[in-house]
Formats: sequence, structure tokens, C-alpha cells
Amino acid sequence: MIWDDEFETLPREALRALQAKRLRDLVARVYGAVPFYRRKLDEAGCGAGDVRSLGDLENLPFTTKEDLRETYPFGLFAVPMERVVRVHASSGTTGKPTVVGYTRRDIDIWAELMARTLACGGTTKGDVVHNAYGYGLFTGGLGAHYGAERIGATVIPISGGNTKRQIMLMQDFGSTILLCTPSYALNLAEVMAEERVDPAGLRLKCGLFGAEPWSESMRGEIERKLKISALDIYGLSEVIGPGVASECIEEKRGLHIFEDHFIAEIIDPATGKALPFGETGELVFTTITKEAFPVIRYRTRDISRLDVTPCSCGRTHVRMDRISGRTDDMLIIRGVNVFPSQIESVLMAIEGVEPHYQLIVSREGSLDLLEVQVEVGEAIFSDEIKGLETLARRIEHEIKDLLGVSSKVKLVEPKTIQRSEGKARRVIDNRKL
Amino acid sequence: MKVEQISIFLENKSGRLAEVTHVLSGAGVNIRALSLADTADFGILRLIVNQTDRAKQVLKETGFTVGKTEVVALEVPDRPGGLGGILKVLHEAGINVEYMYAFVQRSGDNAIIIFRFDETDKAISVLTGAGVRVLRGEEVYAL
Repeated sequence: MIWDDEFETLPREALRALQAKRLRDLVARVYGAVPFYRRKLDEAGCGAGDVRSLGDLENLPFTTKEDLRETYPFGLFAVPMERVVRVHASSGTTGKPTVVGYTRRDIDIWAELMARTLACGGTTKGDVVHNAYGYGLFTGGLGAHYGAERIGATVIPISGGNTKRQIMLMQDFGSTILLCTPSYALNLAEVMAEERVDPAGLRLKCGLFGAEPWSESMRGEIERKLKISALDIYGLSEVIGPGVASECIEEKRGLHIFEDHFIAEIIDPATGKALPFGETGELVFTTITKEAFPVIRYRTRDISRLDVTPCSCGRTHVRMDRISGRTDDMLIIRGVNVFPSQIESVLMAIEGVEPHYQLIVSREGSLDLLEVQVEVGEAIFSDEIKGLETLARRIEHEIKDLLGVSSKVKLVEPKTIQRSEGKARRVIDNRKL
Repeated sequence: MKVEQISIFLENKSGRLAEVTHVLSGAGVNIRALSLADTADFGILRLIVNQTDRAKQVLKETGFTVGKTEVVALEVPDRPGGLGGILKVLHEAGINVEYMYAFVQRSGDNAIIIFRFDETDKAISVLTGAGVRVLRGEEVYAL
């Protein structure tokens, strides 16, 4: 179901013309209003009038997380504070958080984009939306909330935590749409099983999951355990929050980026060179309609690929592959680039292995050691040592095959790997470098 | 002719075995025989108990991974060569012993040994054919 018939199905030529017009306007706006951007644009030799077509985009300078930190808190805002009606901030794992602002019009557009996202999963008036994204400075909770209200659905603003109570309210309120991180969806399924709640008895039909990378096999797991359709959604606070891109329920293959508001590029993270459609690299966004906190070529550090082939759902917007990793989550083990998502895909391809795992990296002498902890559930348990050892060796072998890196699989008891109520912590790096 | 055995996955951490025995005693389950196989990282505890299903249920509820397997309990003459005679029969029939462990209790003058075979049904018919007494489950749980 398409929320905005006009803009989500705009022919690509018209879409590109709209993007070019909005890009010109954006560059002129930030050049006049943000000293940081004026300096960077001048340094790159691009004046306010030098951007005429989309082809000029690749001459513009990048914006990075570090730029946001250096201009903390409001240095990149492009409107006076009187026009900023809301501020969100990302959890700063190191030092200060990154702060983003919204004008009334930004909030309005954001609600539209989240309405589009929810409609991608079939949400309509009359649906009961169980919103377990965190409310507060994090953009997930409030972003999704406004989109659901825009559609006219009933929002349950439950936020994160207290899983048993969440399940009780899902039953009592007849929730139909679930919004949370994919790892929390699995946590919900597990607690339902413990509490002997049959998901088939709930009214849930679709879940829109984002805020952390996940895999195709994890989708299968969630769909089977919760008896719903599971869609991948994408967003980040620096760009707007959730509502940047969403899968459609028709195809579930790639996330449509709302290109009338964002221009997406794929670049080579090492050289910064723009790559053609179809190549894998770092995803970069330029926000072309935002007023309070516009970004020019923001480097997301997320690894993806863009697919411009037409989609059966009717949307003309380019599709991005689900995020396969982060340029900064990437572990370098004995010189080999390893993404946790690659290990996950190996584990999930093995019948009976649960999607609960943790990677522990340590260093012995000058050698990196990768330990992969896997929980032993009933499906893979054997009364014979050789049964379990064969399984552990098989996982090690398949990791070696895929990544070219040796690992040690450690089998652990169920529930010993910490369950997440937000983003799962997949990697513990004990190396002191 | 078969005996039900439960097996439990244990990480090599102190207190895990004690936790199993604590859970079972709380449920009034009595252990008839046990064996612990271990590697550097983990162990598998195998138990014959007087109430198999109850034991499996309470251990699962506590969060353990529990399996159920069929094994065979044999009466072995308690004299030199008693076990050797049985193993010879099995070897000649091409049956593999995956693992085995002894029972504490005796059956009359005989020892009792639990066997896990790769081909359980074939093993039972070969052994009974050779005159070895195979104990029924009820006999074993009640010992």
C-alpha cells in the first residue's frame, strides 16, 4: 500500500529533476546560513551557484560524525533557534552525543515519511501500532509515533523494556503492527514461548524492524516465531531518524529510499570516490528538504548497495540492500575484514542454531583470536560428545570458508548470552592495541 | 527392552553439576546411574532416573538444554571376562558402542552396565539371541 501516490511513484526523470532543484536550493541555504558549510564549500571550490545538476554532487565535500562532534551542539543548525521546535540526540558512546534539530516543517515531513514507512507494511487507520522503539532523545520512538498518528492508527507508546508486560498489553489491546529492533523482536518471541503465549493467538500481522543491522535468516526466524511479516526499515538521526528507507511488503527485497527528500550515493570508503549503482560500498546521504539540520554528503559508515531496477510495488525510488555491516564495526582479525553480520549468516544457515551469538576477540602474543560463542538449544544438542564437537568444527570450517579467518567456536548454555532490549551487543573486543 | 536416559548440556563452570542435582532433589527425582563426559569447554551429563519425564521437565524449566535418548541396560556376569564376552558378541555383529557406564546397584549376582549403541534395535536382538539378559526400563528405574 502506497501512502503518497504522487511522490513515491514519480517517474525517475521527474524525480531527478526535483532532486537537482532541491539540491541547488539546499546548497544556497547552507552556504548562507552555516559558517561551517560555507568554509568547507569554499575550500572545495564550490560556491553557492556552482551546483547546477546532480552530477555536481560528487564535487561537494563530505560531512562526517567528527564534523558533528566539532560543531556540538548546534553549530550545524541552518535556522535560528526560534524556529527549532525539537532536538534529538544520538547516544554518544564516546564523549558528547550528536545533536540534531527540527523545524515545524521538518517534523511534518518526518511524520509523512514515517507514514510512508508504516504503509509499506500495510498499516492503515484501524491498526493498533505497538511502538517499542525507545522514546526520548533517541529518534526511534517519537519518529514512529508521529507517522502512526499521521496515518490515523492507534498508537501504543510502550517504549522499550518490561517484556512480559509488553506481551500482556499486546494480547489485551489487540496490537496488529510491531515496531522495535529485530533483536528485541526475537527476545519477545522467546519470552512468549516461556510464558506459553501462542503468537498465532495474537492479532499481530506485520513488524517493521530497524536501528540495527540484521540478516535474511533472522527475518525467517522472526517471521516463523512471531507468525508475522517482518520488514527492514532504515534511518539515522543525522539524516532524519527512522523514515529514510523501508522495504515494501510486496517484495521484501531492498529498502526504498525516499528520494524526493534524500539523495543517496555509494562511495568507496577508502578513497571517497562515488561508485555506480550496483556496487557495494559506504552509504552517503544528502538531505534536500530539511530546514533545521540539513546534511551534505553525510557519511553513514553503513555498508550497502543501490538497486535502481523497477519494483513490483510500483514505487520508483531506488532500493538499498539491507545493511551488511558498518565501516567502523568492521573487525580486523589477522588482517582480514570481518563483519559480525557475516558470522551471523553462517550460523543461521545451520539448521537449529539460534540467532544468539557473541564474538570475543582477544590477542595472544601478536596473534588475534576470534571466539564465537553459540548457545546450545535442544535442536542441536546431542548426548554424544562427537555430535557437539562435529557441529563446532563445522561452524569453524564454514566461517573459515566464508571469511578466510580461523575461529574457535565455544558452545555455551542457553540464555548465557545477554539478551538485548535495544541494540544487541555482538562483539567484545578485548584486544589492547 | 530399552531404557530412557536424559542428557544435559553443561558448560565447564563451577556449580553447574550441583545445580542439576539441586533441581532434581527439589522435584523428588532419584538418580539411579550417571556418567559425565567432558571436553575442555563443555560436558554432557547422562542420567538414568526414577522419573524421566519429570526430571526433563524441571531441568528444562530451570533453563538447561535437555535431551532424551534410548539406551540399553545389560546384566553382566560379575567375574573376570564377563564384560569381554558381551563385547565380543557385539564386535562380531559389527555393532558400535558409542559409550557405556556402570550402574551402582547390582541385579542379583550380576553387575548392570548401560550401553549406548549406534544401532540399538539390532544390538538388542543380537544380545538376547546370545543369551545376555537385557533389562526392561521399569526394572531399571525401580532398582
